[in-house]
Amino acid sequence: MDADLITVRDLRVSFASDAGIARVLDGVQCGIRAGEIRGLVGESGCGKTTLARAILGILPRNAARIDSGTVMFGGRNLLDLPEDRLAAEVRGREIAYIPQDPSTAFNPVFTIGTQIADLMRWKSPLARAANPPSGRARREADLARVIELLRLVQLPNPEALLRKYPHEVSGGQRQRLMIAMALLPEPKLVIADEPTTALDVTVQAQILKLLKQLARERNVAVLFTTHDLGAAYEICDRITVMYAGQEVEEAPVSEFFDRPSHPYTRKLLDSLPSAETGLRGIPGEIPRLIDPPAGCRFNPRCERASDLCRTDRPPPEPVSPGHMVRCHHRLTEFSA
Amino acid sequence: MNAPILEVRNLRKYFPVRNLWKRRIGWLKALDDVSFDVQPGEILGIVGESGCGKSTLGKTLMGIHTATQGQVVFQGRDIAKLRPHQSRDLRQHLQYCYQDPGASLDPRWTIRASLHEPLIVHTALKEPEREQRVREILAAVGLPATHLDLYPHEISGGQQRRVGLARILTLKPSVVILDEPTSGLDVSVQAVILKLFLSLQQQFGLTYLFVSHDLSVVRMICDRVAVMYLGRVVEIGETAKVFHSPRHPYTQSLLAAIPKIGGPRVTDTFSLEGEPPSPTSLPSGCRFRTRCPKAQAICAERDPALRADWPGQAAACHFAE
Ligand SMILES: Nc1ncnc2c1ncn2[C@@H]1O[C@H](COP(=O)(O)OP(=O)(O)OP(=O)(O)O)[C@@H](O)[C@H]1O
Ligand SMILES: Nc1ncnc2c1ncn2[C@@H]1O[C@H](COP(=O)(O)OP(=O)(O)O)[C@@H](O)[C@H]1O
Ligand code: SF4
Ligand code: SF4
Ligand SMILES: [Mg+2]
Ligand SMILES: [Mg+2]
Repeated sequence: MDADLITVRDLRVSFASDAGIARVLDGVQCGIRAGEIRGLVGESGCGKTTLARAILGILPRNAARIDSGTVMFGGRNLLDLPEDRLAAEVRGREIAYIPQDPSTAFNPVFTIGTQIADLMRWKSPLARAANPPSGRARREADLARVIELLRLVQLPNPEALLRKYPHEVSGGQRQRLMIAMALLPEPKLVIADEPTTALDVTVQAQILKLLKQLARERNVAVLFTTHDLGAAYEICDRITVMYAGQEVEEAPVSEFFDRPSHPYTRKLLDSLPSAETGLRGIPGEIPRLIDPPAGCRFNPRCERASDLCRTDRPPPEPVSPGHMVRCHHRLTEFSA
Repeated sequence: MNAPILEVRNLRKYFPVRNLWKRRIGWLKALDDVSFDVQPGEILGIVGESGCGKSTLGKTLMGIHTATQGQVVFQGRDIAKLRPHQSRDLRQHLQYCYQDPGASLDPRWTIRASLHEPLIVHTALKEPEREQRVREILAAVGLPATHLDLYPHEISGGQQRRVGLARILTLKPSVVILDEPTSGLDVSVQAVILKLFLSLQQQFGLTYLFVSHDLSVVRMICDRVAVMYLGRVVEIGETAKVFHSPRHPYTQSLLAAIPKIGGPRVTDTFSLEGEPPSPTSLPSGCRFRTRCPKAQAICAERDPALRADWPGQAAACHFAE
């Protein structure tokens, strides 16, 4: 088995607000291999974006605190790396980020072309080359590469697009731009935070295909955050489910859909809209992270909860190779 | 059939395309001759590729954009050409819920202030009554009352969306345009929110325009569905009929692109050829012809009209049968 490209161990992150301190990530473990597409699914507020931001070192400074943990990447702990080295070596270079809300990623007063040119000054792979071409030759080479990538993500008429302002393009077009910009520096890991949320299915299919192709052909690892289990089914090699700040199940994609072990995963699958079953949500709501329930955080919404679940946090246990679950009474014990 | 609550007639919205010197060099046809009726109490789904004009349609209906041409008849008045301030009294009854969850929330205001604001602007309710309604709606969208004292940046994107929904619902409007109302929400919450929409609709006799790219959701909750492509409605009809026997080649591609858990991967099997053309330079004739697997010579010459040739269903394609 390949070694992990990135390994998150025991990560704990808290947010302070007037209402108190919320433990938003509570002991997250996660390893992603080179070229792997890892789905990260879970309800809104469960901590997907916070995990992504912690890896990138872009948690809001005044509100967030890292309480413990390591993020090993390329032989170093990113959490120990000083900000200037993170910015110079890692963020937007070896690890690229496609944020959840593309509308805030662009500055409204500059054209898209200006902003991409700015980015290229720092992030172009040519900037790292042994004998980088200078001046005009470099700018032309960069521009050619940008146009090639805009075509790759199927943006019509790339030259004209570079002259537009961010508000003049649709949400889907902005998302494709974000993907193209993330790919510019040829990263090893792309963190894509709900990249297809705003897109219709034909475009989603194309974008998912694009991510899959990248992972396969360029051995880029993708951390793919989504609430859309159908999209996860399409491209992921493995899927991690998060609930209220901790991963509760991790499984290869086929096992995930065929033999979910965690009651929450089962309920998520049952919530998919379908003509046969109608609309079935999960009763109750995500716990407040300021005073979360003791024991298993899912226990107030779980039909299987026992006294043990209300006092003891379930540890990770293997179900089969590559399949892990945190539950005292996992489904395979009881049911087929 | 009842009189429609909303009639859209030949609606066009063109945005100017300018060169570097700000001179207009053409038009971007975001809406190009769109017509349909909305019946009171129905849920009309609007689906289509990103950039096809769904949000522009919603915003033009609302008066956020002024129509270039055409009519929008709401409660007996043509509101297409009215500016927002001219139609304020109508706007309380016609509400638009933004696609971008953050956009409708002021970052300097607490959630409480954001939820009270529409009630202060549009109603004469006193503080305690407002607070009560705000708390009811907040609970209905699945957020704890402790969130009232938080600021938008302190809650997650999905939670912001729920606040945005709550903000619209506090006014109890008659027609609500929901722009991607469940995107960003995970399935377990989505089901809860959709049920909430359905129960509010029954309770208050609401009419929804439900803009979404999630076809399985549209199938579940819409009575009729309109499929848009590059600024035009290319197919419209009863949901069951459109999903069972789509007439337009674009609708057929859309349905083929839905991921089916357990089935073959759509990313391996699906391919819609070519790139979507830019709405600044539409192809001649049928606007889908550059990607259409069934295109013939005539498709480059004649723009197909929407034909209501099937009971409860209409499509704009020369060869649809
Ligand atoms: N203010 C504007 N100025 C110029 N062009 C615009 C403006 N707003 C939208 N457009 C263009 O109009 C077309 C339709 O955009 P619109 O936002 O309505 O698409 P949409 O169907 O809602 O897409 P999405 O699913 O991505 O939200 C796009 O080509 C877009 O670039
Ligand atoms: N800047 C912040 N200040 C305080 N709390 C925050 C902040 N950002 C996120 N949170 C809280 O952290 C939790 C996880 O949020 P997030 O990581 O955005 O979830 P997801 O991406 O899974 O929807 C939520 O309860 C949210 O309210
Ligand atoms: S540990 Fe207990 S409460 Fe938690 S998911 Fe398992 S059975 Fe349910
Ligand atoms: S009119 Fe022609 S190009 Fe257009 S959808 Fe029909 S067959 Fe395709
Ligand atoms: Mg998020
Ligand atoms: Mg839109």
